[in-house]
This record gives sequence, C-alpha cells and structure tokens, in this order.
Amino acid sequence: MTWPVKDTDLTKLGKAICKGAKGIITGADVQFGELTLTGPADRIVEALTILRDEHGFHQLIDLCGADYPERPLRFDVVYHLLSMTHNRRVRIKVQTDEDTPVASATAVYPAANWFEREAFDMYGIFFDNHPDLRRILTDYGFHGHPLRKDFPMTGSVEVRYDEELKRVVYEPVKSVEWRNWDFLSPWEGIERGFAAVLPGDEKGKS
Amino acid sequence: MSVKAPALPADYFHDPKVPETPVRKFNINFGPQHPAAHGVLRLVLELDGEVVERVDPHIGLLHRGTEKLMEARPYQQTIPYMDRLDYVAPMNQEHAYVLAIEKLLGVEAPYRALLIRTLYDEIGRILSHLLNVTTQAMDVGALTPPLWGFEEREKLMIFYERASGARMHANYYRVGGVRQDLPEALIRDIDDWCDYFPRIVDDLEGLITGSRIFKQRNVDIGVVTKEEAIAHSFSGVLVRGSGVAWDLRRAQPYAAYNDMEFDVPLGVHGDCYDRYLCRMREMRESTKIMKQCCARLLKTPGPVLIEDNKVAAPRRGEMKRSMEALIHHFKLFTEGYRTPPGEVYACVEAPKGEFGVYLVSDGTNKPYRVKIRAPGYPHLQAMDWMNRGHMLADVSAILGSLDIVFGEIDR
Repeated sequence: MTWPVKDTDLTKLGKAICKGAKGIITGADVQFGELTLTGPADRIVEALTILRDEHGFHQLIDLCGADYPERPLRFDVVYHLLSMTHNRRVRIKVQTDEDTPVASATAVYPAANWFEREAFDMYGIFFDNHPDLRRILTDYGFHGHPLRKDFPMTGSVEVRYDEELKRVVYEPVKSVEWRNWDFLSPWEGIERGFAAVLPGDEKGKS
Repeated sequence: MSVKAPALPADYFHDPKVPETPVRKFNINFGPQHPAAHGVLRLVLELDGEVVERVDPHIGLLHRGTEKLMEARPYQQTIPYMDRLDYVAPMNQEHAYVLAIEKLLGVEAPYRALLIRTLYDEIGRILSHLLNVTTQAMDVGALTPPLWGFEEREKLMIFYERASGARMHANYYRVGGVRQDLPEALIRDIDDWCDYFPRIVDDLEGLITGSRIFKQRNVDIGVVTKEEAIAHSFSGVLVRGSGVAWDLRRAQPYAAYNDMEFDVPLGVHGDCYDRYLCRMREMRESTKIMKQCCARLLKTPGPVLIEDNKVAAPRRGEMKRSMEALIHHFKLFTEGYRTPPGEVYACVEAPKGEFGVYLVSDGTNKPYRVKIRAPGYPHLQAMDWMNRGHMLADVSAILGSLDIVFGEIDR
C-alpha cells in the first residue's frame, strides 16, 4: 500500500467504517493526513472489536488520556491503532468524566493492560473489567493524578533525607516556586486564523 | 587393590524417617539495583523452585514527568527532553517529535537535512544495537563483547559531538531541518568508519554467534509467535525476530529512507537468539545506509534548515547585520512559534521499535498534550507471559533480548 495515504482514501475508509458500525462509531474526521474516529464511550469495546476483526487493525499502538477541564466530560481516551496488512493508521477517541468508567480494552488487545494503568495513574480515568488497575509510573503511596491540568507542576510533596531521623521524609513542597512566564503574544498567528480573540475585540466577532 | 563399597540398604534414598516436605513458593525481588536489570527495574518474581510462575515488573523509578514538563514550555525548548528518553539513541527520538511539529505546521525540511537525519538515525541505531547486543552477552556471562562494542560506541558519540557539540544529549534536530551543516571532514570520517566497522561486527560475531554458552542461554528461550507479537503491540526487532516483515522505514518511509537501499532482516523462530541475529544484521544494513548518505552528502551541498524565520532561527552571521534577523531571533527564543490547533501522531522506526509522539495543539506556543509512545513500554509489559515456565536464569536473558532502556519507559 502506498504511503503517505491520500486524504480522499482516508475519508472513504472513515465513511466505510462508520457505515458498518452504526451507533458504535459515529464520527470520522480527516485532519493533517490522519483519520480520527469518535464514538460513545460505553460501546468502545464493540468499536475496537469491529476495527480489529473487520478492518484489519490488529495492533493497538497507543492508548492515552487527555484532559480538557472546561468540558463537562473532561477526559478523552485516545486509542491509536495500526493495520500492518493494509498499512493504515487510525485514531479513535471517546469521552468520559472522573466518575464514569470506560470499558477496558484488554479483552480485545492484551497490550492495553499497562496503557490503561498509565491512563488511570496520570488522569484517574477508571477502566471497567481491568484485571489489575494499579498505579504504574508514580511513587508508592502517591496522591493525585499528575497529568491533570489542575495538578501543580511542582507536585505537592518533596522528599529529602533527614539527618536526625536517619531516613527519607516526605514534606509539602516549599523549596521551589513554579515560575511560568507567559510569552504568548496576542498578536501573533492572527494572519493564520487561529489566534485568541484580542481584548476588546469580542464584540466584533459576534 | 580395589576396595568394594558396602552395599546400601534398599530404602537408603527414601528414608521414611525424613518425610518429603512440600516446597514453599518463593517471592524474590530482582532489582532495582541489579546489573542485569538494565537500569532501575524492580521485578517481583514468584518462583516455584527455580521455575518462574509470575513476573510483576514495578516501573516508574525513573519517572521524571517529561510529558507534564513539556506542556509548560514553548516547542523549541521541549526538543532536548527527547534526548533524555532513550538516552542510548537520542537523535531518533528528536526525529519523531520534530516530525510531529512539522506535520502540524506544514513545514518540510530541505533534502540535505533529510539526508543528515537519516545518517544520524542510523548512527543512533548502531549505538543502541551495539549496547544491547553486547550487554545481552554480558548478562549471560561474556565480558569481552561490551569492551569491544563500547570502543565503537565511543567513536560514534564523537561523531555526535562533532555535529552537535554534545556526545549524547544532542538537541541537533530542528523543526524544518537540523541545527547546522556537517563539515566535509566529518562526512569523510564517517564514511571511513563505515568501511572499517563491518570488521568489528565480524569480530563480535566471532565472539558471540557461535559461542556454545551464548546459544545454550538464548536459543529457544522467550519464544514469541507472530500472532503474539502483533497482539501485544510489539514493534521493531521484536516483531521482525518473529518473522513479521514490518519496518516503518520501509512501510511508511520518512526522511530519505525512500531513496536508500537496504534489507530488512527477519528472524524465523522468534526466540532470543533470533532477535540477537536480527540486531547484528541490522547493524550491517545501517552501515550500508550510512555509506549511501555520506556519498550523497559529499556530492550535493545545500541548505540544511528552512529559510522561514518564523519557525527556524536565523543564522548568527545574519543577526550581526540584519535588524529583522535580530527581531526574529528574539521572538523565537522568547515566545517561539504557534502551531495550528489539532492533533497529530508521528512515529519513526527507533532502534527499539516504533517510537511515536501524539501531539495535541490548542493554537498556542506550547503543546497542550504530548504523549510519548515508547516502544519499550509494551515490550516490558510482556515480561510476565514471556517468562512463565522459564527458569530464573532465563529472566535476564529475556530481559536482555527485549532491549529495555528506562529513560523511555518511565518518561
């Protein structure tokens, strides 16, 4: 199969997938030469099974979360799939919030196990029917979910060796202050059409 | 004069006075400070005698929060984080990240820059394979291969240094090309090294490939079938060792790989020994690619970075003369550039497998979300089912053949 894939071919593939999975995969969008599918979160296992068995996407390349705190369903769960036989890539996204679990993909792709543990660790996304949903990358006894946008960059605890107690102690962060310089100019990018609205210009837009 | 041993009673070996005790299962800790753990890995092994029943890898001891840190910095300042992931082959990671940003911006690097990237990707591949192959031999008891292999790694790191100024953490790739052009003397030296290196591979093969001990420790150990390799998200040498002809350089070519001639070595049995053979063969193929890059680089001079100063920094010489260049420089190193909103996934065939970057942009000068897809992550996950039923001594052989580097797994 040729590479890079033409956008028209991807659009066709997207339409075919949506047609064969009514109500399971609802949206298909081609951007930057990549196909993104969307669907309801409670039918993700069916969606992945269809993609694997009918469209040849035998490999789960990646599974990760993403946080958009301003949305009512704040988390995205993003699956990247690869078909070695058709030489195609596809991304499928579902949305969820802090309390609603997403069904685990481990039954379809065994490799989803650690990826889901990581998404749980980093964002606190719950996965139903996961065999072993523990934290994976953070410290033993860690609190919070570090990749959430409202988690402080410096973290909340720091460790040091205490000479008197002769052991490592955990304390609230006080030694560093997070300095975040905002260099973002409100003027740049206007000519390309993706800049934020300038202060005072809000009325002109509406 | 011969002495006859007294006859033993019939029930000597089954003395009823010493009843057979049921053997307790053992839980042992492997690491985090173990030379065969290839970094900071803690394995909790459940053993029945010497047979491994379950492996529970505890990772994250090298977690530095790279993804979180990258969300708070302009794009240009996040490229060096890539060097610190798989620190054995730094530039390959930069490549994936730079490709992702280029995809967002719609920028294409000039051809000479693509050639240089191809050249340095292959240097990275040899760096990584040399380390892995020789330390895998060390894990099963051979001490000489690492000493011979590291000598060549040293030379390759000097090539890194002569191009970028740093032996390991190069920060050499830029969006729209590479930092600076290679001097001709350097290209000639790399070319000479390529003529000389296959002999070193021969020497290493002479040490390891036929070695009875190495074979006893690796043949038929950690067998992965084609189906298992695909289902468990394996990539790189781990799928090729099982006989799946899949190489991103071939299937989804990037940089200048379309114009290069090389073979993709495949394994047959999918065991540790086949993976070792694949890596050895890949080093020879990489040398071939490097030769072709050097020949082309010597023939065709040209720009190595795009001219668009909204994305690529102006040259130092220009800044001395041109006010505009100075302003561009100031803007680039404070604000940086903005990317259009959207999401992309870009990947390269890193030495360990598919290294990918999933990048979400919200239209500002910083990435909104970066997910680093490290090839070692699903590979290490497979430790559990690959080791079940093997002996304790095989754990380090299997771990060695998985090619684990903790920089990229823990991120």
